Amino acid sequence: MTPHMLTRSLDRSATIFLAVVAALGILIPLSNLLLPAGSFLQVPTYLVALWGKYVCYAILALAIDLIWGYCGILSLGHGAFFALGGYAMGMYLMRQIGTRGVYGNPVLPDFMVFLNYSKLPWYWYGFDMFWFAALMVLVVPGLLAFCFGWLAFRSRVTGVYLSIITQAMTYALLLAFFRNDFGFGGNNGLTDFKDILGFNVQAEGTRAALFALSCLALIIGFLICRAIVSSKLGKVLIAVRDAESRTRFLGYRVESYKLFVFTVSACMAGVAGALYVPQVGIINPSEFAPGNSIEAVIWVAVGGRGTLVGAALGAVVVNYAKTFFTSGVLAPYWLFMLGALFILVTLLLPKGIVGTFNAWWDQSKEKRNAAALASAAAEDGVTEPKMAE
Amino acid sequence: MLSKSIHDIAASFSRRGVLAATAGLMLGLAPLTGATAADTIKVGVLHSLSGTMAISETTLKDTILFLIDEQNKKGGVNGKKLEAVVVDPASNWPLFAEKARELITKEKVSVVFGCWTSVSRKSVLPVFKELNSILFYPVQYEGEESERNVFYTGAAPNQQAIPAVDYLMKEEKVKRWVLAGTDYVYPRTTNKILEAYLKSKGVAQEDIMINYTPFGHSDWQTIVADIKKFGSAGKKTAVVSTINGDANVPFYKELGNQGIKAKDIPVVAFSVGEEELAGIDTKPLVGHLAAWNYFQSIKSPENEKFIKAWQAYTKNPKRVTNDPMEAHVIGFDMWVKAVEKVKSTDPDKVIDALPGIEAKNLTGGVSKMLPNHHITKPVFIGEIKGNGQFDVVWKTPGLVAGDAWSKELDGSKDLIGDWVGKKCGNFNTKTNKCLGSGS
Amino acid sequence: MPASLSARLCSLALSLLLIAFALPAFAGPFEDGVAKFANDDFSDTEEAISVVAGSGNKLAFPIISALQDGRLMADPDSKKVYVTGADGKSIDAATGEAVASVPDSASAVRLNNRLRRSVDAALGSLTLQSPDVGTRLQAAQSVFKSHEETALEAVDAAIAKETNRSVKAALGEARAAILLFKADASELEKLEAVATLKARGDQEAMALLTGMGDQPASVTKAAASAIGSIQSSLAIWSSVQNAWYGLSLGSVLLLAAIGLAITFGVMGVINMAHGEMVMIGAYTTFVVQEVIRTRYPALFDYSLLIAVPLAFVVAGAIGVLIERSIIRFLYGRPLETLLATWGLSLVLQQAVRTMFGPTNREVGNPSWMSGAFELGQITITYNRLWILVFTLAVFAILLAMLRYTALGLEMRAVTQNRRMAASMGIATSRVDALTFGLGSGIAGIAGVALSQIDNVSPNLGQSYIIDSFMVVVFGGVGNLWGTLVGAFTLGIANKFLEPVAGAVLGKIAILVLIILFIQKRPRGLFALKGRAVEA
Repeated sequence: MTPHMLTRSLDRSATIFLAVVAALGILIPLSNLLLPAGSFLQVPTYLVALWGKYVCYAILALAIDLIWGYCGILSLGHGAFFALGGYAMGMYLMRQIGTRGVYGNPVLPDFMVFLNYSKLPWYWYGFDMFWFAALMVLVVPGLLAFCFGWLAFRSRVTGVYLSIITQAMTYALLLAFFRNDFGFGGNNGLTDFKDILGFNVQAEGTRAALFALSCLALIIGFLICRAIVSSKLGKVLIAVRDAESRTRFLGYRVESYKLFVFTVSACMAGVAGALYVPQVGIINPSEFAPGNSIEAVIWVAVGGRGTLVGAALGAVVVNYAKTFFTSGVLAPYWLFMLGALFILVTLLLPKGIVGTFNAWWDQSKEKRNAAALASAAAEDGVTEPKMAE
Repeated sequence: MLSKSIHDIAASFSRRGVLAATAGLMLGLAPLTGATAADTIKVGVLHSLSGTMAISETTLKDTILFLIDEQNKKGGVNGKKLEAVVVDPASNWPLFAEKARELITKEKVSVVFGCWTSVSRKSVLPVFKELNSILFYPVQYEGEESERNVFYTGAAPNQQAIPAVDYLMKEEKVKRWVLAGTDYVYPRTTNKILEAYLKSKGVAQEDIMINYTPFGHSDWQTIVADIKKFGSAGKKTAVVSTINGDANVPFYKELGNQGIKAKDIPVVAFSVGEEELAGIDTKPLVGHLAAWNYFQSIKSPENEKFIKAWQAYTKNPKRVTNDPMEAHVIGFDMWVKAVEKVKSTDPDKVIDALPGIEAKNLTGGVSKMLPNHHITKPVFIGEIKGNGQFDVVWKTPGLVAGDAWSKELDGSKDLIGDWVGKKCGNFNTKTNKCLGSGS
Repeated sequence: MPASLSARLCSLALSLLLIAFALPAFAGPFEDGVAKFANDDFSDTEEAISVVAGSGNKLAFPIISALQDGRLMADPDSKKVYVTGADGKSIDAATGEAVASVPDSASAVRLNNRLRRSVDAALGSLTLQSPDVGTRLQAAQSVFKSHEETALEAVDAAIAKETNRSVKAALGEARAAILLFKADASELEKLEAVATLKARGDQEAMALLTGMGDQPASVTKAAASAIGSIQSSLAIWSSVQNAWYGLSLGSVLLLAAIGLAITFGVMGVINMAHGEMVMIGAYTTFVVQEVIRTRYPALFDYSLLIAVPLAFVVAGAIGVLIERSIIRFLYGRPLETLLATWGLSLVLQQAVRTMFGPTNREVGNPSWMSGAFELGQITITYNRLWILVFTLAVFAILLAMLRYTALGLEMRAVTQNRRMAASMGIATSRVDALTFGLGSGIAGIAGVALSQIDNVSPNLGQSYIIDSFMVVVFGGVGNLWGTLVGAFTLGIANKFLEPVAGAVLGKIAILVLIILFIQKRPRGLFALKGRAVEA
């Protein structure tokens, strides 16, 4: 794809979005590392970690928007793919601890030592190598999504049925990962990470690099989604969303299209999870909680379904609101605010922030055109109608 | 019109909140500048006020606010007033880490009192280590940890589980054991320790039944029937319950309804205190046991004074007290004494000063901070009474020192935590080495 | 004849008088025993119980039963012990003389579990000949449990006089239990005892047989065969029990899901705040019980009957309010209702948390919902039984309402073809509001029932929402019968898996089965046929 074609396929909001993400991805790490601590323009490490988390959520939201906004598949279990990617990365980070664990066991993670594991379970093999873990970040969620989707789409499970069984899937995984016998640390999950690729995960430089990487992943994810939705494939997806039976009668193999986009989306969610874990410092089964997946869908709704940019924006806005409301005097009331936000957005901004903005922009553009016509007419002595406030 | 109503809303919040709010909303990225006066010491409170853990943790938040209030009435610490910074980690473990970071770097608190679940503690641990701050953790837990930045004022397994089992063996002549717990790390570890301990006392494998249930388990019919069956093998049977908070009410209701009385199969619980009982009709439960380091019903001048002041503070004459609250009372007192001793809130100085500090507990004794950052505590066994309180039927003769590392587990029997002499949380006494990174 | 009778009566009265006066005159072992109650030491109390119970003194029964009820007061300073009556009158436990008042320094003699067992055993042999049948039965059972040799004489005496058949059988079992453990009982007696216990055939009998220790070879052999036969009969009973547990779990699932089957199944609204409606019902029960406790304690047993209509009205009214203010703007956009109602559920949870506090609230079981009864070898608890009955009643009423009332007809018309219904003159928006209110109201009723077995806390609703959705989807959206069959199938399957796989794995297995089942029947067990499915 040449740069020329790339820019041509991007509309205005996408260009602004990419520019902003790229600028943040470069400026925030630089400001954090180069400027002296405490100076006005320096971004403290605390905010780098926080915004790193938001960016990971934005990637997850993008993944959900790809299937929900463009293909009509409402997954209430996308948190599962996110968490699986996170666990794959977490397992790599656990193996990197080596003898620095509290029991000093070179092979077994701490929780295995006190649960009397005699050797590493087979499914932990290979995770001491970064390339393997990185591969698994894509393969595990992708494979699960492929199998799940293959069964579900072939049987033509659609609509709320699909939503509910995705929820059942993440709930079953939640229960499974809670089990200590499952070998993933039970409720405590994986934590107390030390190194990633030889760099200390807590060092400011590593955090800044992870943040920049997350922004890069967001940009790449966005470009992939754009490429999918603006291709001929994307047109078929939208057709599936709007009238699945008709598309099938036109001769398209609907389930193959859905399966492809569902798997891609799951892989993206896995990458988001993998970037999330080293920045947050813990992965545990609560990431599988159905509530988390529903919340992720809400980010997309708040930002604007089927706009991609909106999904990412929604993730950041909702999570910023959460961070903001859970501190200080508002802390006891923050659930009221968050709940009210969801209700008001669905009632008053059914297209989400970006969708509403786009509609308003188009409308005002028409108005400007109309105004231009009107002013042309004014020369002929017609008075301009007064605009309502 | 709109701006007026915003003003109205704003007026209802405190000035500082609005300042922070406007600053936060306008600057977005820039750090929120708290309007802190230099003459206060900030104390972070990191307890969930919403979500599943709010049920237990909200009381602890109130406790710390109460203690700060009391301390300020006495003139504060080192001539400075204390100021509480409350955040809501919403029972969400990654949010715990985020909020801990916010408290330490943004709010610049001198100390944090917080966490309930083990996973929340594990989640904030790296943050406290990285930013070198102090956490007081008030809940009984599985042990196997001794960190430089954390002070554990709740019970270690040897301060709760083992004395309870000893009591049942001696006093109730129990020969057969059901270890029932929620499937997470605290019950797993506690049961592992108990299993090893029971076997060392000659209990056979077939006389131990271990059962795990998921969080919030509400249908106990099958398990209670199993317990009943297990208990009818001709030997005196008891249940050692590490069932977590929410699942307890349906568990006890099912026990009561299926007619399992304490005199037939007593249940000794480690997570059921006065707060949990406040939500149950306790009449069918009379005689079941709990092991704690504190009960509200214990008669001592300190306790009576505390209960009175607490009920006055919360304006609720029925408000109960419980064990983790007492842990916060002791921890807070120790922290105040350490800060006064070194005349500074510098974390390194306070951490070094804390071991050896003594503070009165509410049961008439004096608890001491040990070099492994755990404290000495008395252990009480209480029987549930019809009014939701406990009747102490047994207590340890003296205070029990908290073991960071269990002597019953293979992995940790040679380990000790010693932040005074060895400067190491997991020192292997066999090899004379500090394991891992040590900090 | 009359002369001799009156003479005998006279001598009886005289001897009674003698006993009454003679006893307090000198401090015997009985008085020493009673004084031990004042030591506040569990082993001393135990000794006191056995001395008092074995003394034959007529004060033994009032003392021990007062001890059981916490009415035995002891003064640690004067070592005096008092029995206080329910009527406020007190007597000195050692002498039986009435006292004006119990000193303030006296406190109730404390018990622990071991002592409670001794008290039960003592009371058992003391009340074997009580005039009340229930008391006698209980006494026989506690003797069976404690099976102490000392009670044998009393049991034999009681058997000789007993006329009631079930009490006599219980006494026989108690006697068998004693003989089995009596070292000097003859082999024949022991064999008879084993046979009696085998006939009893429950877990307690098996417990005695397995724990009887060294016995003559013939007895051991008989016991082994008795254990074998009891075990095989218990194994059959245990699958009956699993089926019952499954029905009970199914009824809870059905109750939680039935409101959802209306809002989600019939109206197509994905109501994530459904669980919170259940929670509101439970809190309504709490408020009702609070009012009753403080104002009209006598009505406590009726609290649930009062709470059911109230919970329906409260949750239903909130449901109508929600429908009018939020849901009606979102018809035809099911996924948006999901988001809005999710937000709503957060608000409702936090509102309850602010109003009632974050901790559990106590909702008591009325007496008719407490306890259990034995059916064959399984225990059926009353609360589960009533919930099952209640659920089926709610289901039947709902079904009848949809079928036979005008509102039910309108509801079905609107859900089948909204525009057609509107053109026939049905006020569709009113019907929408009422349908949603009905679903919410039923969720509220479910809350009343669930408050009897679960926590009443702000998190109550969340624990049921996922299961409810599974039930509705599994059974087939839009079909109440599907919900019924779905709930009971899942309940029973869960309870049969649980003993094999454990609670957690059992639940995971159920979820996986649902996922696979939906592949086979993408529209649930009872799918709606025809064109409606493409909507």
